[in-house]
Amino acid sequence: MKATAMSNFEIVAREDFSDVTYLLEVRHPLMAKAAKPGQFVVVMLNEQGERIPLTIADFDRKKGTITLVIQAVGKTTKQMQLECRVGTSLYAMVGPMGVPSPISHAKKVVCVGGGLGVAPIFPQARGFKEAGAYVIAVLGFRNKDLVFWEDKFKACCDELILCTNDGSAGMKGMITDGIKVALAGHSDIDEFVAIGPPVMMKACADATRAAKIKTMVSVNPIMVDGTGMCGGCRVKVGKEVKFACVDGPDFDGHLVDFDDLMMRLSRYTKVEKEAHERWSESCRMTKQVGPSALDALGISTRGRAPQAELLELPDPFEDAPGG
Amino acid sequence: MAKKKTIRSIPQERTPMREQDAQVRAKNFEEVACGYSLEDAARESERCLMCPDEPCISGCPVGINIPGFIQKINEKNFRGAYDILTDTNLLPSICGRVCPQENQCEGVCTVGDSLEAVAIGRLERFVGDTAIKEGWVNIPYIEPNRFRVGIVGSGPAGMACAADMAKAGCDVTVYEAFHQAGGVLKYGIPDFRLPNEVIDAEINNLKKFGVKFECNTLVGRLFTIEQMLDEMGFHAVFVGVGAGYPTMLNIPGDSLNGVLSANELLTRCNLMRARDFPNFDTPLPIGKRVAVVGAGNTAMDATRVSIRLGAEKVYCVYRRSRTEAPARAEEVHHAEQEGVEFHWLTAPVAVLDDGKGSVRGMRCVRMELGEPDDSGRRRPVPVADSEFDFEADLIVYAIGTNANPIMGQTSKLKLNKWGYIGADENLATSVAGVFAGGDIVTGAATVIEAMGAGRKAARSMKAYLGIRDPALPYIGAAGAGAGTLFGIDTRERNFARVRIA
Repeated sequence: MKATAMSNFEIVAREDFSDVTYLLEVRHPLMAKAAKPGQFVVVMLNEQGERIPLTIADFDRKKGTITLVIQAVGKTTKQMQLECRVGTSLYAMVGPMGVPSPISHAKKVVCVGGGLGVAPIFPQARGFKEAGAYVIAVLGFRNKDLVFWEDKFKACCDELILCTNDGSAGMKGMITDGIKVALAGHSDIDEFVAIGPPVMMKACADATRAAKIKTMVSVNPIMVDGTGMCGGCRVKVGKEVKFACVDGPDFDGHLVDFDDLMMRLSRYTKVEKEAHERWSESCRMTKQVGPSALDALGISTRGRAPQAELLELPDPFEDAPGG
Repeated sequence: MAKKKTIRSIPQERTPMREQDAQVRAKNFEEVACGYSLEDAARESERCLMCPDEPCISGCPVGINIPGFIQKINEKNFRGAYDILTDTNLLPSICGRVCPQENQCEGVCTVGDSLEAVAIGRLERFVGDTAIKEGWVNIPYIEPNRFRVGIVGSGPAGMACAADMAKAGCDVTVYEAFHQAGGVLKYGIPDFRLPNEVIDAEINNLKKFGVKFECNTLVGRLFTIEQMLDEMGFHAVFVGVGAGYPTMLNIPGDSLNGVLSANELLTRCNLMRARDFPNFDTPLPIGKRVAVVGAGNTAMDATRVSIRLGAEKVYCVYRRSRTEAPARAEEVHHAEQEGVEFHWLTAPVAVLDDGKGSVRGMRCVRMELGEPDDSGRRRPVPVADSEFDFEADLIVYAIGTNANPIMGQTSKLKLNKWGYIGADENLATSVAGVFAGGDIVTGAATVIEAMGAGRKAARSMKAYLGIRDPALPYIGAAGAGAGTLFGIDTRERNFARVRIA
């Protein structure tokens, strides 16, 4: 390994799962070598950009790439959706950050992924499978159009429970209904791992609390540096205050104060919305982003007015707002 | 030299430095202190007595030849002054601005016994800034050796260590987790105290020495210290990652929106340029009424940044009195001029909730000073029934930092009971070839102390690698016997070669 073989964060592959969800594969051989399930990166799109934390969805040690799955919800993630094409580079990507998820010796594990949480739960499901566990995946999406990686999960899980809110794919229901199915089908589950919006992780922790099944969650608070220096990502875990970036991001779901987490996530909602509106406005004014421009970037507009789409917030699976 | 100067013959008053008017500067991020002009510097240099015992040199953590460079200024030989400064200190523009000179060189200045001390810091800054303006850089003849040195952290400790090791001929690489090099100088100290151009100029000088900077690299997680030694071919590593990890008060309301660490406020504002929102994307909603808890230099930076970001009222809350405040006197003075309201002998008890998860105010209690504690300062004790509330919508904690856990989590380095890296008097850690210094060893301290530690570690590192340090007197010949091994100074133990063999 050469010390100087640093990456220039080139994007080598991109895939659009839906109007709002996209995958970027970034070349960074050193990081691909070091990354472990549960870790995250902090990304900057350009020099003026903000630092946004993104969980590592996958890593390929042979190809030397890191995979990120991103949901376009705010100014930065939407700008990335427009600008990040194969061959371009990110301004910065640092990591892998955080303590890797402990892949325990549990014999039967349920991996719960909601919305964007489906991507980062994948390396954990694969990790548990490699450790010899019986792995049940419970994945939740709003509808059929948003479903991704079903095949990847099928390949590494013993059971897959897919839920959509409208029943357009898999079973109809919320992700908690999927968890109930898993609990009803197996009385010997050793561990739950849940990644997704805080509401979902809270529901999952509540569902397993009575049965006292170990439940690990991956929290996604607001961060700046990701190295323990700013304290913006502090979360209440039991009686203690922890920094998600260096003490986590995985914590015991039965101890995490989710209400506190959700309240702290709303810290910059107002300014973020303003920044987003200002950006959308400037896109309309200067770039005249029309369907043709988006088509040129390989982004399907599905026949809808692109401006309306840019402004629409995908509820309920919101991404973690960046620092 | 002309006739001998005496305390009566020198200019009695310290030459003032031009400053931006408090009303004006409170609205901008331009540097507050404008620096000495050529005439100012010449006049101030006249005030140095060139006294024979030179207490200032021992008062300086890096031992700069202070009378030497002042003499050169006096002779109007500024390049000569720069040469003397850079013999010991490669970052004069930074040190001249941020060192607590009143406790160091200026604190022991002979002139200071009867008059105001010579303004050594301002003169140092003058020389450093002149060098940047003129594009001077002193690249000594460097004889390359085959050693590779890795430096973790590009703050003051890392920069100082990198400079010394590069001068000794090593191939030096500095790793930084942020996207820009400079560490606390970039993210922590605001532009109006230390402009980014100055930091970049000093970093560029290091690059001219052959030092390589690798940003976006989180050592410990991307690769470990052990990997640096075993796989990446580094012969020695210096760890200067700083303390980081801000302390929270642990009072009710700590996690409310609107309570943040000074580190977060300063990083958003300085490094991420949230003050230029929306041209830069990082948000920072500033409060109308900001309360900063603590009275160190970081606290002063936080109050003054808040004023510049447009807060209507900025309070500084400190549980001891002004005498005990750890900040440089000049910083407290500047903050006061800019309109910060100080509440000495006041301790926060709780942060008050507005019912929607945000801050409404703070509850405090009055304190009085009791018996001296372990630190020798009088211990503040609460006054009974003195609790009171005041309104605030942003609370900034600037009450110090704890050790950053990443190095401990990812390496075999032994830590002390507070989680800082354990190092001996030569700054060697428990792992052979790994040295550590700065805040990650001592806990939060000053920029110049970190630089001093970086240089000390560089000396130990050279001894460890078997590089002769010309600064050390060769005692082998004189005191033959106990101090030598086959006539070779025992300080030149050659571990690296033994390890390879």
